[in-house]
Amino acid sequence: MMMASDLLGGAGADALVSRRLFLKASSAAGGALLLGFDLLADVDRAVAAEQETFEPNAFVRVGRDGRVKIIVPYVEMGQGNYTTIPMLVAEELEVPLDAVDAEHAPPNEKLYGNPLLGGVQATGGSTATRAVWKPLREAGAAARTMLVAAAAQRWSVAPSSCKAQDGEVVHPGTGRRLTYGALVEAASAQPVPQSVELKRPEDFKLIGTSAKRLDAPAKVSGKAVYGIDVRLPNLKIATLAQSPVFGGRLKSVDDTKAKAVKGVRQIVRLDDCVAVVADHMGAAKKGLEALDIEWDDGSHRNLETADIQRELEEATLKRGAVAKEVGDVAKALETAARKVDATYQVPFLAHATMEPMNCTVHVRPDACEVWVGNQVIARAQAAAAAVTGLPLEKVAIHNHLIGGGFGRRLEVDGVTRAVQIAKLVDGPVKVIWTREEDIQHDMYRPFFLDRISAGLDGSGAVIAWRHHFAGSSILSRWLPPAFQNGLDPETIDGAANIIYGLPNFRLEYSRVEPPGIPTAFWRSVGPSHNIFVVESFIDELAAAAKKDPVSFRLSLLDHQPRAKTVLALAAEKSGWGTPLPERRGRGVSVQFVFGTYMAQVAEVEVTNDGSVRVRKVVCAVDCGTAINPDVVEAQVQGAVMFGISAALYGEISLKNGRVEQGNFDTYQVLRLNEAPTVEVHIVKNNEPPGGMGEPGTSAVVPAVSNAIYAATSIRLRRMPIDASALVNK
Amino acid sequence: MTTSLRINGTEHLVDVDDDTPLLWVLRDVLGMTGTKFGCGAALCGACTVHIDGAPTRSCITPVNGATGAEISTIEGIGTTEIGKKVQNAWLQNEVVQCGYCQSGQIMSAVALLTNNPHPTDADIDEAMSGNICRCGTYMRIRDAIKLAIDGHRG
Repeated sequence: MMMASDLLGGAGADALVSRRLFLKASSAAGGALLLGFDLLADVDRAVAAEQETFEPNAFVRVGRDGRVKIIVPYVEMGQGNYTTIPMLVAEELEVPLDAVDAEHAPPNEKLYGNPLLGGVQATGGSTATRAVWKPLREAGAAARTMLVAAAAQRWSVAPSSCKAQDGEVVHPGTGRRLTYGALVEAASAQPVPQSVELKRPEDFKLIGTSAKRLDAPAKVSGKAVYGIDVRLPNLKIATLAQSPVFGGRLKSVDDTKAKAVKGVRQIVRLDDCVAVVADHMGAAKKGLEALDIEWDDGSHRNLETADIQRELEEATLKRGAVAKEVGDVAKALETAARKVDATYQVPFLAHATMEPMNCTVHVRPDACEVWVGNQVIARAQAAAAAVTGLPLEKVAIHNHLIGGGFGRRLEVDGVTRAVQIAKLVDGPVKVIWTREEDIQHDMYRPFFLDRISAGLDGSGAVIAWRHHFAGSSILSRWLPPAFQNGLDPETIDGAANIIYGLPNFRLEYSRVEPPGIPTAFWRSVGPSHNIFVVESFIDELAAAAKKDPVSFRLSLLDHQPRAKTVLALAAEKSGWGTPLPERRGRGVSVQFVFGTYMAQVAEVEVTNDGSVRVRKVVCAVDCGTAINPDVVEAQVQGAVMFGISAALYGEISLKNGRVEQGNFDTYQVLRLNEAPTVEVHIVKNNEPPGGMGEPGTSAVVPAVSNAIYAATSIRLRRMPIDASALVNK
Repeated sequence: MTTSLRINGTEHLVDVDDDTPLLWVLRDVLGMTGTKFGCGAALCGACTVHIDGAPTRSCITPVNGATGAEISTIEGIGTTEIGKKVQNAWLQNEVVQCGYCQSGQIMSAVALLTNNPHPTDADIDEAMSGNICRCGTYMRIRDAIKLAIDGHRG
């Protein structure tokens, strides 16, 4: 029999051990600059190999044992970065994938900033693969070139007479060979090549194969360590209550009963938050429930969703910032044989990642350590420095596997909050948000409202398209320089760069920030809203022109051969045009966002009581080079489920300044018994890769809505789907 | 109050209030972090463990309700034949994405197959609908359960 205090088994202990080794290795290597924190379970070997490694650049480490460590600049939150990014390096380095260990990059925007996100060290916007495609292959090729040069020098032969394969350099002429591990020292002495030659696609061995995910074994055995799993000596657990009205303040709190709860150690009071610090989360939660808190709700105490809707509606009647203008829309609308007008709207949405918000912090007088899973770790470091007043280099960030990001962890509000609490606690504290706090203090996908009009000529051709929408600009807060002249590229993504050839086009945007409500990126960002509007409205125009939705779209895509291909493929594979039973329908969407062409056909069934069941989704995707086709397929499957959750259920609403939803009973998401079959068809080519994390989400929402129209003749212009509008239709 | 718990075949003594949810005893007191917190209200299944073989949401199960019972968690499930089969099927089918819910998914799937070696699609739906996956790995979960049953991809 063991006492609790004796137990250090399991994943937590691994994390403790690896951290100690990590710190030791870091100091041995003279600083943590190029080292990260290995969070996959099997860390000891990787850390041990840290001594005397060949380090040609910021991404590749070759150990004397021949194992290759790849410093992955983008975090793993399910999208496969820890597999696909190592594949790129391994391809050029000529090592098998099982010789590779992936490791988080430390916070360092100079080395690891994302060129596609303004240099912020961020994983988001489906940019990771696109951002690393060339530089990480070059990093692998540079390492290979130096290893080959080292071997050639030793054998006194020309480098061109040697080749790299399977972690060795071989000289086919003489049959000599040297492992990479044996070349560590000699390769380190070679000059770093100024330019390298990348492999031709026909020579790829790994890229284009469905290599197994490197993070999977630890994730099926419970050994994977997420931020919430961190264990430290003398760690306390805290949970919190933040002002239920955004912008409210703490007025008073009676903690008499909470302090009497066994295991409760401390009550922390902040301006707009109370936290209960305890030995374990059970005691912390019990303590929190026992608090008698009085809030000063502040100026947003009466806010309702309808107020926000009204404000957006009014904004769309005024002039907005012109995002794009082609031809003369007003004139074309005057001459149109038929005019179609519509108003669309989409709600606030929570991320509801499975791993609730959490962050572990230890503040000491002269240093601060943070353990977290976050998509912007350099910002996390800066946030902790700002709260503690410590210089950046005194803040250590240990990033972890992420139990779902979807944009939520592109923010550091959780880090700031945890550091504020930890400053008042002696020793390390893990701050865990309850699910209710997580949903009620999320930073939400913005509410948008759109007015849209189009004109058709006598033949049904679209001669005018006028679109004006209002809502929050996330980038204006997240990356202020990206907001120029009343516009930012994310908010209008999918609406401005519409794929259809339209002779007269005008898009206006009015930035309206909802009072007090924080907004943030949400899987598929701008297109999560814009593609729903554009692809629904184009469907309305097809119906107005009495044309088939697929052929109507195809007729507008002559200048877009890749879009045309995916649309035709999705239609063919879905059996488009073949009969369906009563109350079933197919709907289509096509888009080019995040650098990827995608078309989807959704098949839905609408029951007499109005409930919608998505039966099947067929997706055709051209994402350029599919580095790992199975990961591409998985991302589409998952993104589709995410989008259907939003379409069927997703809505955050406000009453008396408070978010009305709190847990998975009131903020429902799709479950296995409701999940459709998702069929994915990948168009193969050697174009540079497009993003895959997000397109599936934006594409499915209009496909489902259009399918409901096909089944019922009811056009839904608001999300989520209102089942009451579909009863007996 | 000292409570005795038998977890994955080993006895543990813990000193917590009787009504402390088993989840927090596992995670915060005993350091077995494979079992996950998702909702705290038996709505998402991330915290699923087996109590005498029955899939149970540990986030709402008071620790005194588990005394004297055989508790199994993700850390120990691989030592059973069905547990191993399910984990292998998960790997073969590349189910995981972020992976956070998968401990609970696997525990629910193992309980299903232990009690019902040949589940129908409806049985799978019923047994697995209490486990949410926000990454949307549902299709692969379904297929992996079938793979674990008959060794063929579903």
